[in-house]
Order: sequence, then structure tokens, then C-alpha cells
Amino acid sequence: MSDIRKSLVDIVGERGVSDAPEELWFYSRDPGVLAPHRPDYVVAPKTTEEVQKIVQLAGRENIPVVPMGNGMSLAGLVIPLKGGIVLDMKRMNKILEVNHMARYVVVEGGTSQGALKAYLQKNHPTLRHSIPDAPSTTTIAANVSLHGQGRLTNQYGFNSDMVTGLEVVLPTGEICRIGSPSIGPYWISKGPTLPDLSGLFLGWLGCTGVITKVGLKLYPNKKIRDAELFVTDRVDLIPHILYKLTHLEMLEDINVWFQPKPLMFMGNYHITVFFTGDTEEEVEFKRKMVWDCLQEYMDSKDGGFMSIQYMKSMLLEMPGRNIADFADVPKGGGFEYSGPIAPIEHFPQYAAKVVELAAKYNVLYASTARLISGGHSMMYSISFAFNRSDTAMMERVEQALTEATAFALDMGGIPWKPNFKEQKMTLEKMEPNARKLLLMIKKNLDPQGIMNPGNWEVNS
Amino acid sequence: MIQLKFDQKVCASCRSADCLLKCQYMTFSGHKEAHGEMMKVMKGKDSRVLTECVTCYACEEYCTRGNHPFYLISEKREEKGMFTAPRPITTQWKNMTQMQGKCLVGNVKDTALSCCYLPELGQLGTGEIFKDVASAGVFGAEFMCPAVHSHFARMSVIKERLPIVIENYRKLGVKEVICMHDECYGTLTSIASAYGMEVPFKPVYYLDFVLQRLKELKDKIKPLGITVAYQRSCSNRLIPDKLPVVKKIFKLIGVKAPKRLYQDENALCCAEILRSVSGYKLADDVQKRNIDDMLAVGAEYCVFNCPACQTSLSEKVVKQGLKPVHIIDLCKMAIGEKEREAVS
Ligand SMILES: Cc1cc2nc3c(=O)[nH]c(=O)nc-3n(C[C@H](O)[C@H](O)[C@H](O)COP(=O)(O)OP(=O)(O)OC[C@H]3O[C@@H](n4cnc5c(N)ncnc54)[C@H](O)[C@@H]3O)c2cc1C
Ligand code: SF4
Ligand code: SF4
Repeated sequence: MSDIRKSLVDIVGERGVSDAPEELWFYSRDPGVLAPHRPDYVVAPKTTEEVQKIVQLAGRENIPVVPMGNGMSLAGLVIPLKGGIVLDMKRMNKILEVNHMARYVVVEGGTSQGALKAYLQKNHPTLRHSIPDAPSTTTIAANVSLHGQGRLTNQYGFNSDMVTGLEVVLPTGEICRIGSPSIGPYWISKGPTLPDLSGLFLGWLGCTGVITKVGLKLYPNKKIRDAELFVTDRVDLIPHILYKLTHLEMLEDINVWFQPKPLMFMGNYHITVFFTGDTEEEVEFKRKMVWDCLQEYMDSKDGGFMSIQYMKSMLLEMPGRNIADFADVPKGGGFEYSGPIAPIEHFPQYAAKVVELAAKYNVLYASTARLISGGHSMMYSISFAFNRSDTAMMERVEQALTEATAFALDMGGIPWKPNFKEQKMTLEKMEPNARKLLLMIKKNLDPQGIMNPGNWEVNS
Repeated sequence: MIQLKFDQKVCASCRSADCLLKCQYMTFSGHKEAHGEMMKVMKGKDSRVLTECVTCYACEEYCTRGNHPFYLISEKREEKGMFTAPRPITTQWKNMTQMQGKCLVGNVKDTALSCCYLPELGQLGTGEIFKDVASAGVFGAEFMCPAVHSHFARMSVIKERLPIVIENYRKLGVKEVICMHDECYGTLTSIASAYGMEVPFKPVYYLDFVLQRLKELKDKIKPLGITVAYQRSCSNRLIPDKLPVVKKIFKLIGVKAPKRLYQDENALCCAEILRSVSGYKLADDVQKRNIDDMLAVGAEYCVFNCPACQTSLSEKVVKQGLKPVHIIDLCKMAIGEKEREAVS
């Protein structure tokens, strides 16, 4: 047994370490289109102290550490680009505290979205968190590490905006609390009124440390959820429609989507509007507000509400599964999306680009945009499906996604969960002093460059 | 070219103008105005009927002189490039119902059981009542009656697709087609005849078939002894002569359907199409009046004959304490094939 393997076994026990080829094969890849790369070890810690010891060992041996939740970012963010240790966080899955009155939860760094959802439903039915449409097995810490968004993002911002404190193992091995938990027992603020250090970790894709605890805001879980589906064939109207809807200031979530298949969706743009209420009256009131605010488009016959009774249960699922269904349209179950954050007024240009790219690279597209913070921006997903056994198709999808990112950057958008190539494109576009600041932060936090190397490599 | 057969002379000399005078969604001062508006429609002039008609189909029943006022209104709207519902909704219906060669055809010999493009109909067409024809089901856009496009004033879609649907049945070599949906029977009888399309097989109305089967299964029937309200579908307006069949079935299975304000000629539709065409205010008002009326007569069940109506109204009637049930399931309850609790 190698010294490193033995040291890892000493830290986490035999069952927590593997370098078996079949496991390394699995941990070399993610479901997206990027090429796999083998790690040397997979390690699954159970405690913050174990994480600390692993990171210290990696520092001594100068080997990479790649924190991993469920590996579902699709952007290859947990592919160990330079080998080393993949740190599978899923055994750190405890829900440590719910402060009911202050509406926050503290979870360990590998707790899944599904586990928290089930826990709240059972123990705190009046509370909920912002569930992304990612599979339930994906983790909360990973989601905030990549600035994810979920059902409550239209109301309250990126899921990372909802963080109320962090515990982190720094690349140099120190355990560090961020925000109010660094001062006292309450996880009520990730930064304010202190200098906000959470920005050193949120959005860094595991390049600045391992998050071992996350405090997360919870929100009222109203008794009833409902949805309406507005359709229009005029893409130029979408920003205006979204502006009107967000002006209502009462909607849970707003998603805009279009896709060529099945045929019933062809040629139209769809806006799913979600709203909630504790009583039928509240829900009906909101429904009427939604209809009334879009009346002018119905009068002009440019848009209308679709009858959705038969698909309502599917629309109301959390997480929604339609995007995963889309992955199987070309058979072979693959899809990946580029998800730039962009102003909503650019919707028509992005929509045209998706169609153009799909035609140019001969791939199947679907597109969903989610509104962020009441319309300050949107996440515009440019999704392409592919057959996993068709390498040529996967290459075409990769090219299409790279071109989509270049387009988003030209339009002044910011790539969301960019893969390592897109990160480079972004850094090239970045104002030099901002880039220098990133470099300074990264170098100081991770002087040996062991954390998820190949990502946010400012110094290369 | 396929054209609507509309006898202008019959209209010109009409003393009732019932088509519009009885309309539940437009009011006219009297015969003169209603008749005048119909004349305008006929002559291709602008008429408020073209903007105000909510496509409830009822004037097809109100006109007892053999003309087809609703088809005419729809034709004229399309000629003028008008839309009833928003354009994207109109497109969506057209796309959604396009034939894609994905139909299902069962073991069809002389008889086919038409399940239109509604999967629920396949489930309904089972059990003792349908035992001899259940395996002969056909389903899919290839066998779907395109009448729904009249709601969107797109008679061109009907004229283009209906001959193909008829041909698809003809190719199966069937002698008769049991239509599990009023809309299908209405299309193959009323619309086909209004447009002079020949139907080379016998369309059978499913409730005629059910009534006959219930007579044969008389020994198995245990009268249900329940009180119901019947939800008449819009497409039943195309085949008003079939309305009495429902009453005969109710009588046979021991179901009371007390006289309602909104029944028969005065029935209110499920209103989901009205929601698309006119917005929620009218649709909510119609649905509320309708359900209040069901409750007022002491109904326990709301009985549907159309799965689309059932989807539209089920949640709403349940909230008011009524149990939604398709008429076939009601019959299955009467012959002991279905639990009362199992209906939804
Ligand atoms: C069908 C589908 C739908 C999706 N919908 C959404 C959506 O609606 N919203 C959304 O936000 N995302 C969505 N995603 C993308 C993605 O799945 C989510 O963002 C998800 O939260 C990623 O979680 P994960 O555990 O799989 O992350 P991983 O892929 O395991 O990790 C993501 C990043 O976080 C880092 N990381 C993981 N754990 C830690 C830790 N403890 N400390 C520090 N860094 C860490 C990793 O190194 C990596 O860089 C979707 C994906 C799919 C497949
Ligand atoms: S459509 Fe019928 S009821 Fe109306 S005016 Fe003509 S003949 Fe009379
Ligand atoms: S279809 Fe209905 S709304 Fe339209 S004119 Fe006829 S009766 Fe009136």
C-alpha cells in the first residue's frame, strides 16, 4: 500500500478510501461532455476534522484535492483535471440545526437537497429552502459553491445569497467560521455587518477551501402552490412580459422556455409562473393578478394562457424533471447546458443564438431561463441533448456550448458554472485589476494551488 | 374543393333567428337585430358576432332549420384572418394534434372503437360493457376528429384533416366506428355532412352502444340510487338528437338527475375554452354558476361525458364537495365493476 493511501486510511478508515480502478473510472467523469481524467484516490470523510487532516496531508504531499458533492454540475467541475484526491462529501450529510423562528438551517457540507427537503417537510412543514431543479441527490454546499439558483431565486436571489454562515477548511488546513457564527452561536448572517468573507468561497468552485458546514436561509412554506403557463410566439415581447410579471412582486418563480419537441411546444415561447398561498383566496387573487397584468397581450392575440390541468402536477414537481426528460430525446441520456447570467432585455438575442447554434452543430436544443431577484437578471440556459455513445455528437455539443459562452461574454453576460475552458475565456475578458485581485486572493488562500486545480487558474 | 353547405335562402327567410337569440353569451334586442347580424355574417360583412362569439357550439343546436351557423361564423372569421383565442394558443392546438404516424391500432375487424386522441377513452372502453370491442381500439392524431379547431376559427384545418381521418378509418376496412367522444360522433355526422364529406362506414354513438349493452346486462344492474348533475359537453350541441340517451341510461341504472336551471338547451359548457377565448372572468363566472346550480339540485356526483370537460372541472367540483365521474364509470359502478370510491 502506498504511503498516501495508508495515511488516508488512517484518517477515514478502510471503507472511506478507494483506489480501485472501477471506482476511479466512475470518479473520473461527470455526465457532461468534458473528457474524463482519473483521480488517484477517492476519499469520503465523515467529519470536519477528517477533512482537515486530508487537506493537510494533500498539502504535505502537494497533491490536488477536488471537493465533490454529487458531481452533477455537468460542467466537469469535479473531474480531477490534475489527478489527486476526489473528496466525496456525501457522508457529511447531517442536518445540524434548524432555527425555526430565525428561519435558517445549518447542514454539513455533503447534505443533499432531497434530504433537507424531506427533513423540513417532516419536522418544519411551514419552512422551505430554495430547491434547484437539479436531482435531489445534489448537495447544498456544492450548489452555493457554484452560485446555484432554485425555486426561490426570483424572490430572494441566487441560492448563495441565502447563505447565513459557513464553516470552511482552508487549503492550508485551518478550520474557519465565516459570518455571524465566527462571533457567536447564531447562523444569521454570512457577512453583514462584518467585512463579507463568504465571497472568498461562494462561487469559487471548491478552489479556495472545503465547505464543511453551511447555514442557509429558510422561507415560509405556504400551503398551496399553483402555476400558470403563458405562451407567446413573439420573442420580442418576452422582456416586457417579464417586466410586468415581476412588477407584481408576488410570484414564487418565473421560468421562460422553448423547445422544438414535442410538437405542441414548437414555435412558441412559454412562461411558467409559480405562485403560492395559504388559502384558496390568496391563490386565486394572485392568479387574477397574473392574468390581469398580461391582458393587453391577450387582447392583441399575441399571447395567452395555456390550459395546464393535465400537466400541472408535472409543472409543480420540485425538482422539476422535464429538463432531464429532454436529455433522452436523442436517446443515450446526455445533456449539458451553458447558463449565462444576463439582463432579461437580451432574451430575444439569446433565443436566436440557441436556434442558430443547434442548426450549425446539428444538435437538439432546449432553452429555459430562470428569473433572478425579481428580474435584475436571468439565468439563460442553452441546453443541448446528446447521445453518450456518440462521440461526434458530444464534440459538436461541446463546440456549441463554447460558442454560446463566447456569445454570452460578448453580450456582457457572465457565464454560470463555467467549465475550465469557459473560466479561461471569462478571465481573459475580465478587467485586469479585477483579475489581479482574484489572483491575489487565490494565491494567498491556496499558495500551493492544491484545491481543485485547473479551475479558476488565475495564475496560469 | 371542400366547402360548407349553407343555405342562404333558408337563413334569409328565417323567422326565428334562434341561433343568435338563444345565444347565452350575446344579447340582441330582438329578432330584427339578431337576424340582421346573421345576415351580415352570411354576406361576409363585419358583425359583432365575429368578435363576440365565444365558440360554445350551441347555435348548431338552436338552428332547427338545417343550417350551420357556428361553422359559418368560424369560416367567416378565418376568411377575415381573425383569431378567437390568442394566436400562439391556436398554433399550439394545431401543432399538438398533428399526425405524426404514431397512432395505435388494435385488433380491428368490422368494428373500431375510436379513442380519438384522448388516452382516458382507452381506459374507459374496457370491462364487461366493452368486452367485445375493447381490443379493437384505435388511438392517435390519425384518428382524431379535428372539430376542436373550430373553437379557434380554423375550419381549414378541419377541411384538411378530416378527409384523411375518414380515409384512415376506411383503410382499416371497418363497417362501423364506435365513437367514444361526442366530438368524434359530431364530426363524423354533423361536420362531415355540412361539408359534403362522405363517410364510408357507420359512426356509432358510444352512449347508444352503452345503452344497448346495459339492456343486455340488465340482470347485473344494481340501481345506484344517487343524485347527479350532468355536465353536457360543447360537442353534444352538434348532435342534440343524442341528448335523450343520457336520460335513458340514468333511468336504467337508477340515477336521479333533478331538473336544473342549466340543462339541455340551456346547459353551460365546461368553460375551459372560454378561458382561452375570453379570459378568466367569463370562464370563472360560467363555472361558478354551473357548479352552484349542480349543488342547488342536491347532486352528489357531477357526471361527465367528455374527458376534457372532466379534466377542466374535476378539481373545481371536488372543492365544492361533488364527486366527478365519467358516465361510463357510473355505468360500471351500476354493474358492480367499479367501487364508488374509485371514481375520480
Ligand atoms: C437535470 C438538472 C437540472 C439542474 N437544475 C439546476 C437548477 O435548477 N439550479 C442549479 O443551481 N443547478 C442546476 N443544475 C446543476 C447542478 O446539478 C446543481 O448546481 C447542483 O447543485 C450541483 O450539486 P452537486 O452536488 O452535484 O455538485 P458537484 O458537481 O459535485 O460540485 C459542484 C462544484 O462545487 C464544488 N464543491 C462541491 N462540494 C463542495 C464543498 N463541500 N466545498 C467546496 N466546494 C464544493 C465542486 O468542487 C464543484 O466545483 C442542474 C443539473 C441537472 C443535471
Ligand atoms: S342559422 Fe338557422 S336559426 Fe340562424 S338565422 Fe339561419 S336559419 Fe335561422
Ligand atoms: S357558438 Fe355559442 S357563443 Fe357563438 S354564436 Fe353560437 S351560441 Fe353564441
